[in-house]
Amino acid sequence: MSYVEKNPWILHFDGSGCSGCGMEVQACFSPKFDVEQYGVRKTDNPKHADVLLITGIVEEENRDYLVHLYENMAEPKAVVAVGACACSGGIFEGCGDVVCGADQVLPVDLYVPGCAARPEIIIDGILKCFEKPETLEEPVAVEDPAKDEQEKIEEKPEDVTEEEQDDEE
Amino acid sequence: MIMILKIVISAVAYLILAPFAGGLLTGMGRRFSSGLQAKRGASMMQPFRDVKKLREKTSEEDRYLHDYYVRAFVFFEIVAGVAFFAGANLLFVILALLAADVFLVVAAYVSNSVHAHMGADYELMRMMAYCPMVLFMAAGFSMYCGSMEVRDIMIGSSMPFLPLIGIFAGFLLIYTIKSRTSPFDLSFSSDPAGKRIKGITEAFSGKTLAAMEVANWYETILMLGFVFLFFSNGTIWGHVVGAVVAILVYFLRVFINNCSASSKWEFVVKIAWGTAAVLGAANLFLLYVMI
Repeated sequence: MSYVEKNPWILHFDGSGCSGCGMEVQACFSPKFDVEQYGVRKTDNPKHADVLLITGIVEEENRDYLVHLYENMAEPKAVVAVGACACSGGIFEGCGDVVCGADQVLPVDLYVPGCAARPEIIIDGILKCFEKPETLEEPVAVEDPAKDEQEKIEEKPEDVTEEEQDDEE
Repeated sequence: MIMILKIVISAVAYLILAPFAGGLLTGMGRRFSSGLQAKRGASMMQPFRDVKKLREKTSEEDRYLHDYYVRAFVFFEIVAGVAFFAGANLLFVILALLAADVFLVVAAYVSNSVHAHMGADYELMRMMAYCPMVLFMAAGFSMYCGSMEVRDIMIGSSMPFLPLIGIFAGFLLIYTIKSRTSPFDLSFSSDPAGKRIKGITEAFSGKTLAAMEVANWYETILMLGFVFLFFSNGTIWGHVVGAVVAILVYFLRVFINNCSASSKWEFVVKIAWGTAAVLGAANLFLLYVMI
């Protein structure tokens, strides 16, 4: 793992919305969570940043600014979409001017779900955003109870039809 | 021959050891600063990791014009420090430091960033603020020790601290101005918990920013060397006291950085010139009367 992956400096882009995820990102820098102990620093300069942290809605009005910020960042860089609005538009999906998810504008490397996303998971996302997919663990297959129920219904004997009932009579 | 050997050894020792000492001090300062904010803070080795990280960054353009001016800034910072620890003339050291700052200002002006231009304007005001007191310091050492050569001041028979106490107090003020920390962080803030818009370093990135960080470490050791000079009297005890006071002054600067908000440039210039006029000039006058 390179030093960029271990000590990312983040550029926080807070789009439109309720700013809940933006405040959770601010909380990451509070004494309770203290993300700086991992070497993470906040910067407002894209030339100094390694990770572009997007919270809130990406709109038609701010998508160009977002792209401009991303283009000014030096390689290696990563994009992390934090919160439901940045991941997929959230509750604002389908509204006018809303771009449904930051990945419609930029190549997102990691999605941090939640509404609002908790500081613990945000910190985890920042520290893991440079990890390659093949290094992540294989997902465990989970049994789907709804599917089992459907199969049980299909196995039950069919009800007697009207024609069969007439024949019996 | 022995003198030349001592000069060479001192210069090489500063060249090699100063960045490690400066980086370690910076890490300890950040840790102390985090402790003041009830945080755990990053490791003391974090500044070294940051510099290594910055060196890994690449951009589409291989070189910007400001990269060359930043290299000149780093060169003159190192020259100033090497000259000081080799025992050269104080005025030469001060002029080298000023030259380094001028190149930094030019580097900010030639970049395309408006914030960098504003930072360069404030950097010039900062230079204007600390210049008189630094010159009074050189004059004070010359009057008391009879020489402006650092090697003569260091082997002097008595500690210059008490006779130059006004100049020392003024130097503590301009040390805060020179190190670009609150309340005098006009053009640049190195505190990760402080300002985020960096001013003069706005357009710098990657290896250029890493070089600037290393130059700041060299400058930190040089400025603490000035503090050390006030306590050197040719004995080992003088050196020990000087080193301890220098480190205490560094942490005092970090403490002040955490306790104060940023001030306007008018206030910085007024307070720096006022201090130079009152403490510096008065101290020089007293020395003139005494000596």
